[in-house]
Amino acid sequence: MARITLASVAATLAMTSAATAQTEIDLWHAMGGALGETVNAIAEDFNASQDEVVLTPVFKGTYEETLTAGIAAFRAGEQPNIMQVFDAGAATVIGAEGATIPVQDLLAENGVDFDIEDYISGVRYFYADSDGKMIGMPFNSSSPIMYYNKDALDAAGVTPPETWEEFAETTAPALAEAGYIPLAQSHLPWIFTENFMSRHNLPFATNDNGYDGNDTKILVNNDAIKAHFSALTDWQDAGYFKWYGTGWGDNQTPFEEGKVAIWLGSSGSFGGLAQKDLGFDFSATFLPYWEAVTTEPKQTFIGGAALFAMSGHSAEENAATAKFFEFLTSPETQYFWHKETGYVPITEAAYELAQDDGHYERMPAAEVGIQQLSLPAGENTRGYRMGFYVQIRDVMNREYGRILTGETSVQDAFQTIETEANQLLERFAKTQG
Amino acid sequence: MKRAGFSTRWLPLLLLLPQLAIIAVFFYWPAIVALHASFYLQDPFGFGSTFVGLDNYTSLLGSSQYRRVAVFTLIFTLLVTVFALALALLLAVKADKVLRGAKTYRTLLMWVYAVAPPVAGFIAVILFNQSWGPLTEVFMLFGHTYMVGVNFNDTAFAMILASVWKQVPVNFIFFLSALQSIPRSVREAALIDNRSASGRFWDVTFPLLAPTGFFLMIINITYALFETFGIVDTVVKGEPGNNPMTLVYKVYVDGFRGNDLGGSSAQSVILMVLVLALTVFQFRLLERRIHYT
Repeated sequence: MARITLASVAATLAMTSAATAQTEIDLWHAMGGALGETVNAIAEDFNASQDEVVLTPVFKGTYEETLTAGIAAFRAGEQPNIMQVFDAGAATVIGAEGATIPVQDLLAENGVDFDIEDYISGVRYFYADSDGKMIGMPFNSSSPIMYYNKDALDAAGVTPPETWEEFAETTAPALAEAGYIPLAQSHLPWIFTENFMSRHNLPFATNDNGYDGNDTKILVNNDAIKAHFSALTDWQDAGYFKWYGTGWGDNQTPFEEGKVAIWLGSSGSFGGLAQKDLGFDFSATFLPYWEAVTTEPKQTFIGGAALFAMSGHSAEENAATAKFFEFLTSPETQYFWHKETGYVPITEAAYELAQDDGHYERMPAAEVGIQQLSLPAGENTRGYRMGFYVQIRDVMNREYGRILTGETSVQDAFQTIETEANQLLERFAKTQG
Repeated sequence: MKRAGFSTRWLPLLLLLPQLAIIAVFFYWPAIVALHASFYLQDPFGFGSTFVGLDNYTSLLGSSQYRRVAVFTLIFTLLVTVFALALALLLAVKADKVLRGAKTYRTLLMWVYAVAPPVAGFIAVILFNQSWGPLTEVFMLFGHTYMVGVNFNDTAFAMILASVWKQVPVNFIFFLSALQSIPRSVREAALIDNRSASGRFWDVTFPLLAPTGFFLMIINITYALFETFGIVDTVVKGEPGNNPMTLVYKVYVDGFRGNDLGGSSAQSVILMVLVLALTVFQFRLLERRIHYT
């Protein structure tokens, strides 16, 4: 890490001295810690790979803070060339037509080859408009997957569950018997709502999950998901599931401490887990599904974030941005990013490179995210596009928390989520008018 | 009697100008923008917007969640103010009596004042860590599984504790200096009249502290309503979920996280009106009962 820091200081110095004849562009991102170091390393490699463009990455805090900073900057006419926006903020940034240049247009205008079919199927259309034109360049793409403590499962004499029925009937009782808390998860709206819909190929919202218009209604109040949350409360009572609050880390820590046997997290968590000295062997596999709901489980949505080219810059700077996107999507850069962080490679070529290099033979769990994203697609698995979605997630988090602390019933909670989410969607539609 | 005055009419205005300019830029202008924004629903990037009249207000007042947050804010403010004042007064009365090493005690008690609110919140997060927090273990001894971030009341307790702890030193400094400014003759006279220490405190000292107490109460209410933001933010780790939050934090959650500019502007206008009402109430009704010497 120290080496990278020194190198980035050197690179910054080099940039300032040689900046005269070069186009300078900036990238605002939300990648902290080790992820941020990797972003800096990619920027350095890009700057070293050519001498016309200098890219400066700037860390802006959490996803929400980055989006807000970008919006404030845009209103003041000081927007960066590239801004990272997360899945839940997609409707806001894509809805504001004119704030960004669709990445597909940007690349075409600047003579960079673009074929959406080069991208792995799960990431193609999440950040696209209703016609399938790619607006944001998928950057750190992840999906929720199931991590498990191999030692715990061996001790209990079970294999990772493929379905929730198997978990409830076989896996969980055996793990509880062996002294483990069988299950924890880190993000209820993302894992047990959005991707629950995708995995079971259930519609999440009207208007083709919200892609085809603003008068969208959420379809979250359905029997399948209510049955899932009822099962969660039963499992909680039986000691098969434990919820440690809304915070991501609070739920991941007990897994790392070896108390929890199965943890649902992000495929992007892989890099971090692999670096830690956990004291047990872990592996990962697909998210389980309910056989009672579907016998043909589908792929999940991509989470994480995408890079958006902001409008209002000179043609020269836009060309520089296109150049960076070209570099970023090259198989080598994607493989580097994938290997360092655990986020999935976004192109087929990068995936093949990782396979050829033997990455998955060394670390089979690193492939789970991309395999899950490459499972068969259904009509509801492309993604979702809902405005004020950050607040809709807040409503979900609040009501789910209240279910799991016994303050409300599953029935009432989903009724509240439906009502409040639809109010928010209606309000969002008016912001677009 | 000679009346002191300015020779020209323009000089006082000129001298007032810097202060007025600051208020205009940092209060009047944003307040007007917020008031205006509260009648619209607008695209965060500034492209589209729709005039919605009082919709932002009616949907807030009709929201059970907003009422929940308001009720929590009320209870939170009350508890923080009462405990921060009571503990500070107790410490000040005791510190006032200490003769040896008084300065050391005072300095130690004031130290906490230098701690920034987010740091105070972070200390609470560590003390109440779910798996190894020392205070979590203390509660465990009493048979309560303390789960900050999961249980509403447990999270609220951590917030209140950190907020009170952070505010006690300020109150302490003011109470102590107020105690020390009570004339010796008054105390000695009281000593003759009343032998009971607590009787003397309630009959003589406490009324003499009233102006300070009144001032501190206003400061503390404002603190609990607004300045505890950093503590709330660190305790809920930026994701309120089912945890308690204050009205100010909700303005941030909806406006800065959720990009709902209209809704969050309406919330800040409501807060502005609330503070105005509070100030009027305090000065009109309470101050009449306070006697300044």
